[in-house]
Amino acid sequence: MTTLDTRLRDLRTRRKALVPYFIGGLTADWTTYVSASILAGADVIEVGVPFSDPMMDGPVIQAGALRALSNNVTLESICHDLSVAAFEVPIVVMTYYNVLHHFGLERSAELLAQSGVAGVIVPDLAIEESTPWHDVATAADVATVLMVAPSSPAERVQRIGELSQGFVYAAARMAVTGRAADVGDASRVVQAVRATCDTPTYVGIGITTADHAREAATLSDGVIVGSALVQRILDGASAQELEGAISTFRRALDGASSEA
Amino acid sequence: MGPPDAGGHFGSFGGRFVPEALMPACLELDAAFRDAWADPDFVAEYHRTLREFGGRPTPVTYLGRLSERLGLSVYAKREDLAHTGSHKINNVVGQALLTKRMGKTRVIAETGAGQHGVATATAAARLGLACSVYMGEVDTVRQALNVFRMELLGATVVPVTSGSRTLKDAVNEALREWVTCVADTHYCIGSVMGPHPFPWMVREFQSVIGVEAANQLRDFGVTTPDFVVACVGGGSNAAGVFAGFADSSAQLIGVEAAGGSAVGLGVPGVLHGMRSLLLQDDHGQIEEAYSISAGLDYPGIGPEHAYLADQGRARYVAVGDDVVIEALQVLSELEGIIPALETAHAVAWLLRAAGDEIPAGSTVLLNLSGRGDKDVAQVRSILRGES
Ligand SMILES: Cc1ncc(COP(=O)(O)O)c(C=O)c1O
Repeated sequence: MTTLDTRLRDLRTRRKALVPYFIGGLTADWTTYVSASILAGADVIEVGVPFSDPMMDGPVIQAGALRALSNNVTLESICHDLSVAAFEVPIVVMTYYNVLHHFGLERSAELLAQSGVAGVIVPDLAIEESTPWHDVATAADVATVLMVAPSSPAERVQRIGELSQGFVYAAARMAVTGRAADVGDASRVVQAVRATCDTPTYVGIGITTADHAREAATLSDGVIVGSALVQRILDGASAQELEGAISTFRRALDGASSEA
Repeated sequence: MGPPDAGGHFGSFGGRFVPEALMPACLELDAAFRDAWADPDFVAEYHRTLREFGGRPTPVTYLGRLSERLGLSVYAKREDLAHTGSHKINNVVGQALLTKRMGKTRVIAETGAGQHGVATATAAARLGLACSVYMGEVDTVRQALNVFRMELLGATVVPVTSGSRTLKDAVNEALREWVTCVADTHYCIGSVMGPHPFPWMVREFQSVIGVEAANQLRDFGVTTPDFVVACVGGGSNAAGVFAGFADSSAQLIGVEAAGGSAVGLGVPGVLHGMRSLLLQDDHGQIEEAYSISAGLDYPGIGPEHAYLADQGRARYVAVGDDVVIEALQVLSELEGIIPALETAHAVAWLLRAAGDEIPAGSTVLLNLSGRGDKDVAQVRSILRGES
């Protein structure tokens, strides 16, 4: 078990997990947005390390990633910012495989661990190809969080459930990241995961409103909110305004907990 | 050139680096292709369609005047004479037939120059499949006539406004779209790239070029050419012609555009579902390729080519924009064939290497991957000094 596994199992006994997604380096003061969201009740922070060709991201996160890249953001600069900030809550980095591959798998795992990063999500790293990364990351106590999709057949869900560390990322819909009108197939995907493993299961992809968050969290152990927040920051929201938005999600999740 | 391993690896290249949402589709496609390619009825239908509709077999032409000029014996495999004007038809006919066999009703494709988009729209029309083509906004302007051709053929062209708005972004957008519609839609990828089984499958569908050419050369009394030369964008026409000669003593030469030379300038990386050689910066961000020809404007190369380069079985060279127009003129004037700008890269290397890297008297097979009709307006403005 990685440290992230232990921490998220403990969190599950207390409340539904709220996982906001931020793009590292989107603004010079990006970590103040993270701090604000922690004050407002975020439990885990997902930090996107931008890649030029984000295959799993829709227009909002693509635009944010391009903006961050034009500020010369790199894996190292984001890790530096994270070590300085030393957040209390677990940090999970989301990036594409080439960023890690290029920096070197072992070097990446060590840098992430040294910067206080507890886990990574690499959406283009299918389980068929994940062993080299998984081995070095586990050795560095960096969890590898895997995704289950609505299209995953039962035997793949089982395999992913066995391999995923920290939590299982249940994709609510067959789509890339973005804003959506409902929680899609969340219920079916979460049930499929629950049927095979006991790892905490968080719902993401298209969680846009507090109502979505409440509905998805009632079914699962937590939610990931990405594009809906990144859009606010792209539109110029202040850290304080963001804190307000996160509080709304927090209240929705706490409501879901008491119903469940 | 044998099959890759079960995971789609050619040595350390290839593989499947896609979101979980697409993995079941890649596995399904792998199984469907293996099954179809082992089924004599499918293979017969593929060859019949290429014969009755696609203009195959394409001839091999002895290029007498060019040979005399260069002191070589140069033969051309005439993919420029295939339906829609390039080798792209071989691949799309195979994939469109496979789409129907899998019970899917729609194809999507990426395109750079528009050649693969036009070919996909053509095969889709012929087989009654719906078709959407993703094309970088920059390319929709550079190749406006091809946009119109696709629309005439009943396809929808979707301009891609993300990233650099060229071929690599069109691939990204097609992959993103595929996630949303994978249940009824096949992604008809345009070259020997992408996640397994695409690089292998596309090579197999293109190998008809090399198999035909090897037989046709024998009719000219050539058992084995000394050199087999093809231009390389993603590498499908090269893989197709190499497939006929990989087990021979022929030297295999892939000619890249200098501004898109993945073998010359790239390092191993992961993009578009594959591990291959890629142009990238110090931080693993993918760099844009630059070429006079939209069809070679790709920052990577098919994984099997990365492997062949690694093994030394094929050699990859690059030529710059400056010599390409002249090569196009030489072939037009000496042989009455206006080649595509992509193909003109292979011709340019021949002109440069004859009597040097290619010893005098050698026999060369040039894969004439496509005709230049699509490029004449661009060439005219370059020659008039307008661009
Ligand atoms: C005529 C022609 N040749 C070559 C290419 C490059 O593709 P590939 O390397 O896959 O053969 C293209 C691509 O558009 C083309 O149109």
